[in-house]
Amino acid sequence: MKPMHPTPLLDELEKGPWPSFVTGIKRLAKDKEMMVDLLGQLETSYETRLGYWKGGTVSVFGYGAGVIPRFTELKDENGKPKFPAAAEFHTLRVMPPAGMHYSTDILRKLCDIWERWGSGLIALHGQSGDIMFQGATTENVQWAWEEINELGFDLGGAGAGVRTAMSCVGAARCEQSCYNEAEAHRAVINSVLHHIHRPSLPYKFKFKFSGCPNDCMNSVQRSDFAVIGIWRDNIQTDAELAKRWVEKNGGPEGAIANVVDWVINRCPTKAIQLKRKDQVKEGESISSVALTEQWALEIENRDCVRCMHCINVMTGALAPGKDRGAAILIGGKRTLKIGDLMGTVVIPFMKLDTDEDRQKLVELAHKVIDFFADNALEHERIGEMIDRIGLVPFLEAIGIDPDPNMVIHPRSNPFVRTDGWDEEVARIKAKKAQVA
Amino acid sequence: MSEPQQEKRTPKKPVPHGVPDPKQFMHPVLLRNIGNWKYHDRPRPGVLHHVAKSGDEVWTVRAGTQRQMDVWTIRKLCDIADQYGERYMRFTIRSNVEITVADPKKVEPLIKALEENGFPVGGTGNSCSMVAHTQGWLHCDIPGTDASGVVKSLMDALYEEFKNEQLPNRLHLSTSCCEINCGGQADIAVIVQHTKPPKINHDLVANMCERPAVVARCPVAAIRPALVNGKPSLEVDEKKCVCCGACFPPCPPMQINDPVHTKLAVWVGGKNSNARSRPTFMKMVAAGLPNNPPRWPEVTEVVLRIVRAYKEDGRPWERVSDWIDRIGWPRFFEKTGLVFTKYLIDDYKHARATLNASTHIRF
Repeated sequence: MKPMHPTPLLDELEKGPWPSFVTGIKRLAKDKEMMVDLLGQLETSYETRLGYWKGGTVSVFGYGAGVIPRFTELKDENGKPKFPAAAEFHTLRVMPPAGMHYSTDILRKLCDIWERWGSGLIALHGQSGDIMFQGATTENVQWAWEEINELGFDLGGAGAGVRTAMSCVGAARCEQSCYNEAEAHRAVINSVLHHIHRPSLPYKFKFKFSGCPNDCMNSVQRSDFAVIGIWRDNIQTDAELAKRWVEKNGGPEGAIANVVDWVINRCPTKAIQLKRKDQVKEGESISSVALTEQWALEIENRDCVRCMHCINVMTGALAPGKDRGAAILIGGKRTLKIGDLMGTVVIPFMKLDTDEDRQKLVELAHKVIDFFADNALEHERIGEMIDRIGLVPFLEAIGIDPDPNMVIHPRSNPFVRTDGWDEEVARIKAKKAQVA
Repeated sequence: MSEPQQEKRTPKKPVPHGVPDPKQFMHPVLLRNIGNWKYHDRPRPGVLHHVAKSGDEVWTVRAGTQRQMDVWTIRKLCDIADQYGERYMRFTIRSNVEITVADPKKVEPLIKALEENGFPVGGTGNSCSMVAHTQGWLHCDIPGTDASGVVKSLMDALYEEFKNEQLPNRLHLSTSCCEINCGGQADIAVIVQHTKPPKINHDLVANMCERPAVVARCPVAAIRPALVNGKPSLEVDEKKCVCCGACFPPCPPMQINDPVHTKLAVWVGGKNSNARSRPTFMKMVAAGLPNNPPRWPEVTEVVLRIVRAYKEDGRPWERVSDWIDRIGWPRFFEKTGLVFTKYLIDDYKHARATLNASTHIRF
């Protein structure tokens, strides 16, 4: 076995209580020369403060994406790699089961494959949402892939195509879940696999699926197509769980002060009020729940923006409504090149209960991707494209009517040609009449 | 295990399975209660207790990992889940492992087994969870710094905040090795900030770069085609250049990384949740920090200052962005001891919207 290179800098990262990736890599280096040399190259980076990988083209037979090639650039004066066993160190991006659930059995099988064909280093998970099998030679990429594929797994995205998506734990274990995230995730992504495996879009396109407005998948900031769970009807309440919450959080007196500080004062639209129990209103849009003999919470659901705060604080005592579904926000991304963009609302609500509902989401996703493919410039994300052409042409192309939920406020400048106003009002009224 | 003998094999056609169905890998109690959960609570930091409408209950123990795991570490987690859990686990977006059991008596032994094997139990509720991060020198082709090392150093320093729930609200961290910011938005983010324009190797540009694409990539139109020493190349208007590094990935001869001039910046107040305020982007509050492996002490110090000020001054349920909204930016800089400089006044797109168009002024 090849002797270890001295790694005084990396050794420092074996100290301290948090689990150490260096210790793990050293364990692999006992059996893998590739990892001996990987430590050599990484230690060099720590010395020189420079990276030494370059990309290239490596793929598996039949796919055009999903492998991230890495070749060393750290070479001696004769152009020979200084750490030859790690000269090729490619990554396979593999899509995990939606929600990142595993049995120990499947994890062990994946480990065995990667020990057989790769370095033994696996990231659970990369920022793209993939299982990252890191470190294989060009030759072994294919053989590792075939065994992973045989277990029922598929490669993820890379380059200018649809990317691997992420969905939260959601319906599998979370009471705030407003739709079946895993089913929606799989329905959409498994219908656009050609865009993942053979990327040919203007630029990358990411989906993320969060079950409620807490948006645990960061979909609003980090995806081109964010599916965020939300509900239309009233917040549900549970008297027994409210009573238990009061007991746990200060008792009849202390809990009332806490409710004011933690819940009432933090409601962004003042939709929730503390009321004397006998003064609580009744009505179609009112939710209420007693806290003590004297006090109760009253929520005017028409004022509520479904932010989740009160539900997060009083989980169970308060809960999302029954009429659940999702909002679709398009165009989130980081700075390059027109400044950071959040996704913005294009569908305020759609049901996602049945296969039929999910099929509508799939159709919407296809329409959006097709419009993006036809209209975006090279290296332009859909958020930037919408910024360039305006939201309205995008909505018209997709066939979505404007909705005040799509804006923070209406236009504050007069620079718009409005000579179609009357026709537009007539069109909207006619459409509304037809629905009613 | 030695590598298998390489033989001449015909590659197989891929089977496009797509995203695997998680149902085959889910704990049976989760499986039979999909979409039917009633509420949850946290019996102690690191443990979630979920109750289904059916009355079924599960306990989930969450523990930190190093994300970049060797197969032995993953097998160790499997051993723990087999022996002390019920053979299932999942991972969070922040690379924490979650082992779920239906028997509450298994919780304490499971916690003990995880901790004895070096996996800290925590990361729930109002704690500081694991840093979302990138690949860095370990595997990226354009990194200005490492990721795993920065994260290891930060999490060593924030270990107690991971294991306990003593912060005003949850605290999410991220690190990113270049300004593309793959680590993402976070309450506190550490991101590479280059401070000098790219150094161009004019001998290589013509062969390695699609020049019009590189010109188009620049967000401030600072790159133009040029003939240098008789060869087609590119040049950078260094007065216009914002040192973002966007030209480097499509044109590696435009080297942006530098052992000295690649620095780190710290950002605060990113929030993806809609809870209370709308989601927010993070803001830069410190820059010029040295890229100082193996443990980046200057970065850790700035992060700790912010964490301490937030912990001391934040009110219950305030995220970092909510806290700063209340106390204002002058007080934020005062409380953290960080220095507000001209570089923190935005001058890029949408900058005007970040200026104070009011007399809402704090003293």
